[in-house]
Amino acid sequence: MSMRRTVGVAAASAAAMMVVAGCGGGGPQSGGDEKLTGGKIVLGVLNDQSGAYSELSGKNSVKAVEMAIADFKAKHGDKAVAKDITVETADHQNKPDVANSKAQEMYDRQGADIILDVPTSSAALRVADVAKAKKKLYFNIGAATTDLTGKSCNKYTFHYAYDTYMLANGTGKTTTEQVGKNWYILYPNYAFGQDMEKSFSTAITAAGGKVVGKDGAPFPNTSGDFSTFLLKAPTLNPKPDVLGTMQAGAELVNVVKQYNEFKLRDKGVGLAVGLMFITDIHSLTPAALAGTTYTDAWYWNFDQQNREFADRFQKETGTRPSFAHAANYSAAMQYLEAVQAAGTDDADTVVKELEGKEVNDVFLRNGKIRAEDHRVIHDAYLAQVKPQSEVTEPWDYVKILKTIPAAEAFRTPSPDCKL
Amino acid sequence: MTGFLQNTFNGLVSGAFYALLALGLAVIFGMLRVVNFAHGAFYMLGAFGAYVLLTEAGVPFWAALVIMPLGLALLGMALERAFIHRLTRLDPLYNFLLTFGLTLILQDLVKLRYGVQSSPYETPSALSGSVDFGLFDFPTYRVFILGFAVAVCVGVWWALTRTRVGMVVRASTERPELTRAFGINVGRWVTPVFGFGIGLAGLAGVLAAPMRAVNPLMGADLIIVVFAVVVIGGLGSIFGSVAAGFGIGLVQAWGEAYLSAFPIVSQTIVFIVMAVVLLWRPAGLFGREEAPA
Repeated sequence: MSMRRTVGVAAASAAAMMVVAGCGGGGPQSGGDEKLTGGKIVLGVLNDQSGAYSELSGKNSVKAVEMAIADFKAKHGDKAVAKDITVETADHQNKPDVANSKAQEMYDRQGADIILDVPTSSAALRVADVAKAKKKLYFNIGAATTDLTGKSCNKYTFHYAYDTYMLANGTGKTTTEQVGKNWYILYPNYAFGQDMEKSFSTAITAAGGKVVGKDGAPFPNTSGDFSTFLLKAPTLNPKPDVLGTMQAGAELVNVVKQYNEFKLRDKGVGLAVGLMFITDIHSLTPAALAGTTYTDAWYWNFDQQNREFADRFQKETGTRPSFAHAANYSAAMQYLEAVQAAGTDDADTVVKELEGKEVNDVFLRNGKIRAEDHRVIHDAYLAQVKPQSEVTEPWDYVKILKTIPAAEAFRTPSPDCKL
Repeated sequence: MTGFLQNTFNGLVSGAFYALLALGLAVIFGMLRVVNFAHGAFYMLGAFGAYVLLTEAGVPFWAALVIMPLGLALLGMALERAFIHRLTRLDPLYNFLLTFGLTLILQDLVKLRYGVQSSPYETPSALSGSVDFGLFDFPTYRVFILGFAVAVCVGVWWALTRTRVGMVVRASTERPELTRAFGINVGRWVTPVFGFGIGLAGLAGVLAAPMRAVNPLMGADLIIVVFAVVVIGGLGSIFGSVAAGFGIGLVQAWGEAYLSAFPIVSQTIVFIVMAVVLLWRPAGLFGREEAPA
């Protein structure tokens, strides 16, 4: 028998099984001259519901959007612009092609007025193209790329929660000022990691620090081993004070486990993480991360308002909300409020309503929806993981070292963006 | 020099996982002519089993190191009897698809219960320090893994070459028809050998739990490299799988350390090696060409 042939055929069949049929068909819903297309408002949540990002956002973000709808209806009662507000949801599996076809399906066939979330930058950018072509709203929450408000920006796309600039600026600048000036940066060698590395290097240099070494680790790192890089860090000259890791999800877990294995903290190399969610800390345990700094877009136990939301969220889902969950809630709410104020779900009218609006809610503090590039700016937070001894209740893993004011947290509108 | 030694050491540690997994795949392929796609899933179950035993029942690492391989070997034997055995007479593709399907089912079952986030598993306290080698110190746990894996490989080699059972298995692996002609009941050994291969995967999984992210997809990422290792070593070649396992671990570690200026090369080095080996020796480094069936 030919092994290679067998593997080849099997791989092809496997690929065929995984292909998602992105059937077209189904014209746009007939609008008529009603105020609402189809007589109702449809919010589409398109995100990862089975893969690496399904816990930090995923199905619980759908729950968060449902909570927003319930709160909106309760607030406006009979005066609500629509009685009928529904949620459609789909799994894009973090694949750009799937995201593209699912987004078209949502806008065209399920009558979605807006698409929310969409983690994974490559997928997020494809959905921005769909929103632009269909002239329908899109609030991105889950993706980090600044291209959404840079060269790929468009009139219908808003970037809601965070981006690589916010992460790098918060963590890179503050850690340089407070922990140490010399950095070694380890990043996964693909678009997100390269973006993060550039943003961090810029922020570190601007704050008077120095990147003494940087390495792109294979992505995905099939061996799961980062020891080559971790061993290199303390031998660099000058010795780095901080190891900045841009890995995410399971790769971040591997880096942190091995960082502890090689006892780099004892060797004087601190740890800063580019992108971390509360769910990552939960799975690594605070003990493995104690002292690590990172930038958070929102923290559930920051104040009473957040905590009340977190308690309600926990009743619905059994877990505490990540910043992505809170941002999905807020995005759905702000969209509905804008439709309420505009009296229609016509996308162009709603965009006018949103642009330049200043907002405060459970997620957005000192929030503003920038008209120039559709970046939604708000306060961000520099967080540090508590030592195990200070953790008094489940999920309360970090203390907020500093609030980064909205105007400083995000970059100024990029000249690349022409709406 | 110190750096080189450290990288070499780390390469061998990664290689230890490849070797344990490839060894299991090789004996299974040799005996059953089954490409066990589910091998990565059993590796994952080994790690998850250790996690569940610890958190649900307080069973420590050392006990898990015995319980999980044995338990998974039994599960593997049951699966072989119930499913795989029925398909071995058909085109190998059927078993490939069966084990691929099994992988998806096992992964999703674990995902359903434990989610996709990684679960925490601490290094056993006896092994959490580091060993001083003069030139450099090295985490004790890594030294332990390397020693343990080498011991297992040597033990398997001893069992295969020095015991009667081993010789029967080896003979049935390399020349099944001839072995049958000598009047040896080859079929009798199929199920235990399958269980043994699965047990090795489970063992590798338990060993991985303290130093790798424990999540439902941990095996899916690794198994692709392990398949390359098996092909490089020569399909069904027991010595080849172990040698290629450690070799590929080294090549990857050196590639990351010294070819980091060429990320494209260091990321794909395993497959470059595989392509070169296959062009040069189509049956792999230690494999023999088989007559077309």
